[in-house]
Amino acid sequence: MTLLKDSGLAVGPGMRLPISGATTLLFAALIASGFLFPNHFALATQILVLMIFALSYDLLQGHAGIVSLGHAVFLGLGAYSSAILARAGLTDPLLGLAVGAAVPALIALVLSPIVVRGNDFTRLLVTLGVASLVYEAANRLRDLTGGADGLSDFEVAPLLGLFAFDFEGRTGFIYALATFFLVYLALWRVTNSPFGMALRGIRENARRMPAIGSPVARHLAVAYLLSGAVAGIAGALLAQTSRFASLDMLGFERSAEIVMVVTLGGNGHLAGVGIGAAAFGVVKDALSTVSPRYWQLGLGIVLMASVFLARGGIGGIIERLSRRRQP
Amino acid sequence: MTAALATSDLSIRFGAFEAVRQVSLAIRPGARHALIGPNGAGKTTLVNALTGSLKPTAGRIMLAGEDATHLSEAQRVHKGLVRTFQINQLFANLSVLDNVWLAVLERNRRTGIFWRSARADRAALDEARACLEFVHLLPLADQLVATLPYGSRRLLEIALAMAARPSVLVLDEPAAGVPAADSEAIFERIHALPDSLTLVFIEHDMRLVFRFAERITVLVAGQVLTEGTPADIAANPQVREVYLGRRGAHA
Repeated sequence: MTLLKDSGLAVGPGMRLPISGATTLLFAALIASGFLFPNHFALATQILVLMIFALSYDLLQGHAGIVSLGHAVFLGLGAYSSAILARAGLTDPLLGLAVGAAVPALIALVLSPIVVRGNDFTRLLVTLGVASLVYEAANRLRDLTGGADGLSDFEVAPLLGLFAFDFEGRTGFIYALATFFLVYLALWRVTNSPFGMALRGIRENARRMPAIGSPVARHLAVAYLLSGAVAGIAGALLAQTSRFASLDMLGFERSAEIVMVVTLGGNGHLAGVGIGAAAFGVVKDALSTVSPRYWQLGLGIVLMASVFLARGGIGGIIERLSRRRQP
Repeated sequence: MTAALATSDLSIRFGAFEAVRQVSLAIRPGARHALIGPNGAGKTTLVNALTGSLKPTAGRIMLAGEDATHLSEAQRVHKGLVRTFQINQLFANLSVLDNVWLAVLERNRRTGIFWRSARADRAALDEARACLEFVHLLPLADQLVATLPYGSRRLLEIALAMAARPSVLVLDEPAAGVPAADSEAIFERIHALPDSLTLVFIEHDMRLVFRFAERITVLVAGQVLTEGTPADIAANPQVREVYLGRRGAHA
């Protein structure tokens, strides 16, 4: 296995679309879902948000091997930033998205020196600690965040000044879908860049990296910044499409959930993580419909089974299948 | 002539234990310089301090006449001081080629680039292949490092270091754990390195040390016992007593 797979579609000399078989399938399924389930735009949009959030965390855990139990901080910051901005009268969704990316990116950059220090174990504790602090701060800053009630008294202007966010959520869905595609392609590029290679180097052997001249702390700071920005985009999308920003968006459950989702999808495998997040969202919704009381039990069983039966998650399965096809 | 690598009164203390005591070395450019000594003499600790993964308690490190004592490990690499490890430190789940390719990109300071495909940098890829060719690993370029035989991993250790284009290369037991026949092959490749490269190596096999080293420093209990040519060292009665004698006269 090489870092860069040659499974992309060649489109003329020197150009290559970042489309592997699994990615094509994922993109097609997402577009089709809009036609197949026109009554489920809200759910589909939430799942797209989860997918973007998962991709953002995969950059850290999957590519750089940096674990975190507080990644929802950046999702929440993105949600609050765009909601607060909209409340202040700046209701353009794309502006909200940009600010929703910039604020968490900056915070991530500031946090990175204390977060990347130490080993996995200390990182879990530090990220958990930072997340608790941010949660409590958001809870106390009632004037800004609405406290435990959250923020819902804001408007979102029509997308590009043309497409109003309708009641069924069609515009929201298309908006989230387009954002997902762009984020996916951007992260595909990042993970196949020299920087992406360095992140995998850190994951594979952080001890060796300085011995080949690598500025490890700087790489991790940039990884944190990018990851924070993408998580913030997911948060802003969530706030704009649900017209709501609340404490649970930066809470521990979201942080823990995304660790599960990325592991299920397959660390460091973009398409796998995307599919894993979609599957997680669908299964979670189906189980909670079947049994509102015991759905978490079912989810736990699915997750445990996936760890024991599907090594490397969904991404690992895709890898094994594609290797079998081209011996 | 300015030494390629020098230390003055370098000491490294772990609590009450002084692992390296006031070591002063001067290694001339282009040297083939062996560091020998019994287990626990502080050889690897000294290498860690030289290359910057360990902070010395006292003393200075000079690289080509410039003070490098306060440079980070990565900064020293960019100044030309590169090491290999006694215990393989490779990127196990990346391919052989990607291991070296990454090292080339880091040396060229290209790894800050996240908006362009790594493949756009053809020159780096070619250079990585050339490094692999030098250690005869090019046929295994696409294999995962985790699946490589141990001897090949030792060679990849060297290729990774060479990708950083060192002026001073510190090899920490390059043939550690390798059967005698393979260690010959590894030292044959080390011998083939350019003459302009300054080589410092730790080695336990006296046969190899006396064959490849031009100068030898003997370290005992963290201190320099003596330094000289292989002939000097072989004739030194103190060395025979504390080091060679203990390992047997055949060495």
